[in-house]
Amino acid sequence: MLNETLIPKVGVITDIRIDTPDVKTFRVVGTDGKKLFEHIPGQCAMVSVPGVGEGMFSITSSPTNTEFMEFSIKRCGCLTTVLHALEEGQQITVRGPYGNGFPVEDPEKLKGKDLLFVAGGIGLAPLRSVINYVRDKRENYGKVQIVYGSRSKDDLVDYKEILDEWMATPDFDVYLTIDREQEGWDGHVGFVPNYVKELTPDLGKTVLMCGPPVMIKFTLAGLKELGFKETQVFTTMELRMKCAIGKCGRCNIGNKYVCKDGPVFSFDQLSELPSEY
Amino acid sequence: MFRLPVERLDELFAMVSAAQTLYIPADGKDSRAHYTKWEEGIKLSNALNTVRSAKDFFFPQTTNLCDFNKKDKEIEIIDNRTESEDFVVFGVRACDTRSFTILDKVFLVDPVDSYYATRREHGTVVTLACTEPEETCFCGVFGIDAASPEGDAACWIADGYLYITANTEKGEKFISLVSSLLEESSDEAVEAQKKATAEIMSRLPFNDIDTSYFRKNTLLEIFNSDHWKKLSEACIGCGTCTFVCPTCQCYDIKDYDTGCGIKRYRTWDSCMYSDFTKTAGGNPRTSQVERFRQRFMHKLVYFPDNNNEEFGCVGCGRCISRCPISMNIVKVIKTFGEVQ
Repeated sequence: MLNETLIPKVGVITDIRIDTPDVKTFRVVGTDGKKLFEHIPGQCAMVSVPGVGEGMFSITSSPTNTEFMEFSIKRCGCLTTVLHALEEGQQITVRGPYGNGFPVEDPEKLKGKDLLFVAGGIGLAPLRSVINYVRDKRENYGKVQIVYGSRSKDDLVDYKEILDEWMATPDFDVYLTIDREQEGWDGHVGFVPNYVKELTPDLGKTVLMCGPPVMIKFTLAGLKELGFKETQVFTTMELRMKCAIGKCGRCNIGNKYVCKDGPVFSFDQLSELPSEY
Repeated sequence: MFRLPVERLDELFAMVSAAQTLYIPADGKDSRAHYTKWEEGIKLSNALNTVRSAKDFFFPQTTNLCDFNKKDKEIEIIDNRTESEDFVVFGVRACDTRSFTILDKVFLVDPVDSYYATRREHGTVVTLACTEPEETCFCGVFGIDAASPEGDAACWIADGYLYITANTEKGEKFISLVSSLLEESSDEAVEAQKKATAEIMSRLPFNDIDTSYFRKNTLLEIFNSDHWKKLSEACIGCGTCTFVCPTCQCYDIKDYDTGCGIKRYRTWDSCMYSDFTKTAGGNPRTSQVERFRQRFMHKLVYFPDNNNEEFGCVGCGRCISRCPISMNIVKVIKTFGEVQ
């Protein structure tokens, strides 16, 4: 019998971290206690609670983590609501990795470059994999600038890791912002696109961006005004998926399947495709 | 080329079915042709084609992918796949036969779909040439010759005989299985029939529709055309076209809790349905215009872009005769073709 990618593996939830009121980060290993499979930053996996459904989630942990995989999941639909109700020790199913991932080893695109990460809300999840990869391979990348915003202080995902680890890393500049003034917050207040423009990032940077469509739209416009080219800016997409291997026919944007040809695209690629996402 | 008198067709079917499961188009209670498991008394239909396409044999409407048992916090995954048994589909028309090579380009590219692959491997396709193509037929537009079907072995019924020739190793095996019934023959009658069928084809109304618009214009030009709105206006999103289509391959994956275990199965789905792309976060295709456009863009632009310009249509005409609002791919092609 041929190997069948549609048949998943059993994963065990070994830790659940409550990030925000509606985001939890699940740590998952195989039944043998080891990592289920290797991946490239930006790749995804199909996570399932049998009987409820299966969905595509970005693997938020870095491939340099040799012990486990993590998924940061926002509670917003049927499957994610059930996932949020699970306890440590619960088994789920996982299959993957799927998709192209970010071109982290491409010297034309990311490797050796100064990087600007722009994230909004749960959009940090796929970028966290790249950020921690870059932290662990510091010598291969230039300066790192991270602009991360969310509705409120309580909605910042990975807040502890950002404060304790990212902010403590040499040549890592982290800029946090929240949408509205809040008690106990003395940082920046305002929307991500404006903040990025205010910071006038150097035009030599490669930009990696993920967040709500409206954030992406205005940030991209702002970057272009500053002089960034579409080839320099990467994002990662998400559409409804079932197979994750380009066969079930539902996650296409034009002639590209997000699950197989994406989820990572540069904006010059997206500009040749319909804006049906 | 071999032949046997048509009266002895039952003997051939009996001999095949003694060795493998055999399916042939036979008239059902609705007087329409359906693929039917052959047994004594089942007669080959004279209908031009079956109501449902032949894709069911390799891509059934539902397939059990795997099962799960859950106990407390534990999950057991049960891979209950079995090797397919050998089977023969007899009487497949040229259009449906070509649909298999189109489906192959989806299911047999890496990573191979093992459910489809095992059925393909174990199925022998014996085709039957058309003699009376109808007004809804337009296979010729896609370079398909209704009078010379592909498949493992091809058959023609002419002058009271069934003529048969092998195209592949599997076809040769099929012929050797029934060789005691066959006699060698010249192909004169077959050649005469091919000419007569070609003559009919040339007179059919959709035989020469022009698809060049979809090659000459860019994806975005076609996508952004004003035609989609008008063309899709009457579409009720019933999905009939996708279900009768031999090349439509979109599927859904669902879980069903039987009470004593969970079955995960895949089932045909339709891009014409409103929830096809719906997520908790929204829907990129909010109206029927976008869903309608997706179906035709897929067949006429996206699939060709990714598969050496081969269109995802075989011109079988089922959507033409089945659509409740009389919309179809021919109207779409003609509407765009007339613009230039």
